[in-house]
Amino acid sequence: MIKFTINGKLVQADQGDMLLTVIRREGIDVPSQCHHQAVEPSGACRLCMVEITRQEWDGWSKFVTSCLYPVEDGLMVTTHSAKVIQLRKTIIDLYLARHPNSTEIMRLASEYGVTRTTYETVADGDDCIMCGLCTRICAHMGFSAISTVGRGHDKEIAPPLKEAPTDCTGCLSCANNCPTNFIEFTRDSNSLTIWGRTFETLACSQCGKTTITRDFAEHLSKTRDIPIAYFEVCDDCHRKETAKTMGRVVNWTREVQA
Amino acid sequence: MRIESVEQLRKLEKKYRGETESHPVRVHICYGPGCLANGAQEIGDRFRKVIKEKKLKNFKVEAIKETGCHGFCERGPLVVLEPEGTFYTKVKVKDVEAIVEKSLGKSEIIESLLYTNPADDKKIQRYKDIPFYAHQKRIALRNLGQIDQTSLHDYIAAGGYQGLAKALTAMNPNKVIKEVELSGIRGRGGGGFATGRKWATCAKIESDVRYVVCNGDEGDPGAFMDRAIMEGDPHTVLEGMIICAYAVGSTQGYVYVRDEYPLAVVHLQKAIEDAEAVGLIGENILGTGFSFHIAISRGAGAFVCGESSALMRSVAGEVGEPRAKYIRSVVKGLKDKPTVLNNVETFACIPVILSEGGKAFSKIGTPKSTGTKAFSLVGKIENTGLIEVPMGTTLREIIYNIGGGIKDGKPFKAVQTGGPSGGCLPESKLDLPVDFDTLTEAGSMMGSGGMIVMDDATCVVDVARYFLSFLVEESCGKCVPCREGLYQLHQSAVRICEGKGTDDDLEIMQHLSDMIVIGSLCGLGTSGPNPFLSTIRYFRDEYEAHIKEKKCPAGVCTALITYIITDRCTGCLACIPACATDAITGKKGQVHQLAQDKCDRCGACYAVCKYDAIEIH
Repeated sequence: MIKFTINGKLVQADQGDMLLTVIRREGIDVPSQCHHQAVEPSGACRLCMVEITRQEWDGWSKFVTSCLYPVEDGLMVTTHSAKVIQLRKTIIDLYLARHPNSTEIMRLASEYGVTRTTYETVADGDDCIMCGLCTRICAHMGFSAISTVGRGHDKEIAPPLKEAPTDCTGCLSCANNCPTNFIEFTRDSNSLTIWGRTFETLACSQCGKTTITRDFAEHLSKTRDIPIAYFEVCDDCHRKETAKTMGRVVNWTREVQA
Repeated sequence: MRIESVEQLRKLEKKYRGETESHPVRVHICYGPGCLANGAQEIGDRFRKVIKEKKLKNFKVEAIKETGCHGFCERGPLVVLEPEGTFYTKVKVKDVEAIVEKSLGKSEIIESLLYTNPADDKKIQRYKDIPFYAHQKRIALRNLGQIDQTSLHDYIAAGGYQGLAKALTAMNPNKVIKEVELSGIRGRGGGGFATGRKWATCAKIESDVRYVVCNGDEGDPGAFMDRAIMEGDPHTVLEGMIICAYAVGSTQGYVYVRDEYPLAVVHLQKAIEDAEAVGLIGENILGTGFSFHIAISRGAGAFVCGESSALMRSVAGEVGEPRAKYIRSVVKGLKDKPTVLNNVETFACIPVILSEGGKAFSKIGTPKSTGTKAFSLVGKIENTGLIEVPMGTTLREIIYNIGGGIKDGKPFKAVQTGGPSGGCLPESKLDLPVDFDTLTEAGSMMGSGGMIVMDDATCVVDVARYFLSFLVEESCGKCVPCREGLYQLHQSAVRICEGKGTDDDLEIMQHLSDMIVIGSLCGLGTSGPNPFLSTIRYFRDEYEAHIKEKKCPAGVCTALITYIITDRCTGCLACIPACATDAITGKKGQVHQLAQDKCDRCGACYAVCKYDAIEIH
C-alpha cells in the first residue's frame, strides 16, 4: 500500500495506480479531455496537471500530468495550486482560440472563469481538440482504423490515406467517446455511415429496431465467440426475453412449491 | 575471413597500416557533404583517370582515398596529400592534372591551391598549421579526413575495434561501465545526461531483452556533425554501440537514421555488412562468445523523432509521438524493454574512451563537461565548417580563432547554439566557456552542437520568428501547450515583425512561454519558447523598436523598412528592370525615383545597385 497526501490529506493507493485515479476517487474535481479509464493514458490535454513535491525536495516542486504519474510513497500532491490553475487557464485559453464554437470547451472555460481568449482566434478552428481518445479506443478495440495524421498545428485524425477505412467496423466507439462530439456519423433505415464508409446495420428480428453493423457483429462473433444470431435481437428484446424466462422460472418454482 | 581473436585483429591492424604506409603519397579527397556538393566526385574520377593516363611509377590508384568530411567546408572541395598533410583548397577538376604532374610526380607544391592566412596573407602548406585546425582537438571526428570513409581496412589500420577488443577480453561488463563513468562523458545529443550512469541503470534492470539504440536523427537546421560521422566513419559508431551492448547485456541494436541522409544509410549498411563478414558484428564476436546484431531503422525526418521516446516509437513502427517519461526509457524503452539510447557522437567517443582509458578522456575539457564537442559552425562566419574542440573553449575562441571572425569584417551580433530550441547569445556572453551547464545558465543550451553566427544585419525578432515557425511545424501536435502554445507564440512574433505588435504582446508572450515550459510533454515543447525567451532576455530593445517605434533596426523586417535612393545614384538604370512592381523610374544619368506606395520591399534594387546608392531605413 502506497501512502501519500493530496491537498494535505493522507491517502492510500495500490502500487501502480495513477495519481488521477486516486484524486478522482477522493472526490476532487480535476479536469481532463483526453483521459478514459478504459484505455492507456496519453497526457495530451495537460489539463490534469498537478503540482508535486516531497519533503526532501526542500520546497522545490514540479508539474506532472496526474493521469500518467504513478503514485509514490511520501509524495505531496497539490491539485489546485495557483500555478496549476494558471496553467489550466492557459490551456483553456488556447483551446478557446482554436475551437471557439465547441460547447464542451465553452463549458470548461466558464468553469475556470475564462471569458474570452487572449490569443488570435484560429480561422479554420474546428471542434476536434486532438485528444486522440478516438484513435486509442479504436486501437484498443482491435481495429486501428483511424490514426493521427501529420504533425504540428495541422495534425488531424483520419483513416489511412484519408480513404474509407477498410479496418473500420462501424462500432461507433470513436464517435461515442469524442468529448466534443466532433466525429460525425449518419444513420439510414438499414445502414450507417462513418469515416466515409457505409455499413449495413442489422435489424432486430422481433421489433425491427436497428442493432449494430454487420461488420461489427461478425467481428464480435469471431473474437468473443458469440453466435451472430445474438446480434439480430436488440437489447430491449433481449431484456424482454430474459424477463419472460425469469417469469416462467418464477411460475415453475411456485408450481413446484405448491 | 572471420577475425577469431584479438591477436588476429592486432596482426591485421599492423598489416593494414603497413599497406597504407607503403604508399609514399596518399591523396585524400574530401567526400563530405559540402565538398561533394561542390564536385568532389568529379575530382575523384578525374584523379583516377589522369593517374591511369600518366602511368606514374610511384603511385597506385589505391592511394586515392575518399574520406569523410574534413571540416573546412568553406574552402572545399579539399584535397590533402598525406602523410605530409599538404592542404589544397577550392580544388577544381581542371586542377587535377597539375596536382598529379607536379605534386605526385615531382613532389612540388602548387602554391595557388594552398590556404592563405588572412592575418598575414601568407600561404600555409600543412592543414595542421592552419588556425582553423590548429585550435581543434578531434576525438569523435578523429578519423574524418584520415581514412577511406567506408573501408573497414582503413578503420582497423587506424586502431579501430581495439577499444572493443579490450572491452571484450580484458574487462567485464561492469568494468566497462566504470570506465565510461570515469571518463565523465555526458550525452552529446543535447540532454547532457551522464552516459555511464545511463548504462549502469540499464544494466541493473531485470529483463530478458535489452536494446541499444543510436540516435542519428540529427534535425537541427544547419547541423551536420552526426551526418559527417555516420557518413565518414560509420565503424566508430558501430564499435561504440557494440561496446555499449556488451556493457549492458544487449543482443540487438538499432541505428536510427533520418532518410534525408541517404549516404549515411548506405555507408552504415556497408559498414554493418563488412563487420558482420569478419565477425565483428553478429554471433561470437572476436571469438569471445558475445553476440550482438545491429539493424538500421530509417526515420522519415520528423524533428520530434530525435526525442528519445518518439524515436523509440518510430523504431517500433508506431507514430513518432513522445510519451511522458515518468518511467525512463532505460527502464522501459523500445518495445517496453530497457533501452540505452545514445547519440552518434557519444558512441563515436566510446571506442577512444576504452582504448585510451576513461581517465585520459576526463582530463580533457572541464570537470563537469569532460572531453570534446563537435560543432557545425555556420552562418555569417569566415570559416564555415565542422569543428571539434575541448569542452570549456570559449565562444570567442571558436568564433574568432577557429571560425576566423565574422564574414566581411562585419560586427558580431549573436550566436545561436543548441538548434532551433536553443538560444541566441549576445556579444557580452562571448567569453563564456562552452559546456553543458554554462550554456543552460545563459539561457541557451548545448543541444547537439549547431552553432549559427549572426552579424549586425540579422534581426533577432526575425530569427525568433523563424525558429518558432520551424518548431510549430515540427511539433508532433500531441500536447496542447506545444501545439497551440507555440503556434500562438509564433503568431505574436509574426505580428511584431509586421509592425502590428502591441505593448501587451511581450507580456502575453512571456506568460505563454512560461506555461509552455512547465506544461509541455516532451523536451521539444519545454524548450520550444527558447527562441523567444533568449532573444527577449538579451535583445529586448530590438523588440521594443519593432513595437513602439515600428522600426526594424537591422533592416530585415520588410514591413518596417523603406528603401531610399540617395544622390549617390549614377542613373545606371540597373535597378529599374530589377523592380518587379515598377516602383522605380528614371532616365540614364539622372538620379532615379522610387515610389514608396508601389514598393513591395523585396530588396532586388538594393541587391543590384553597384554604387551603394540605395539605403534601407
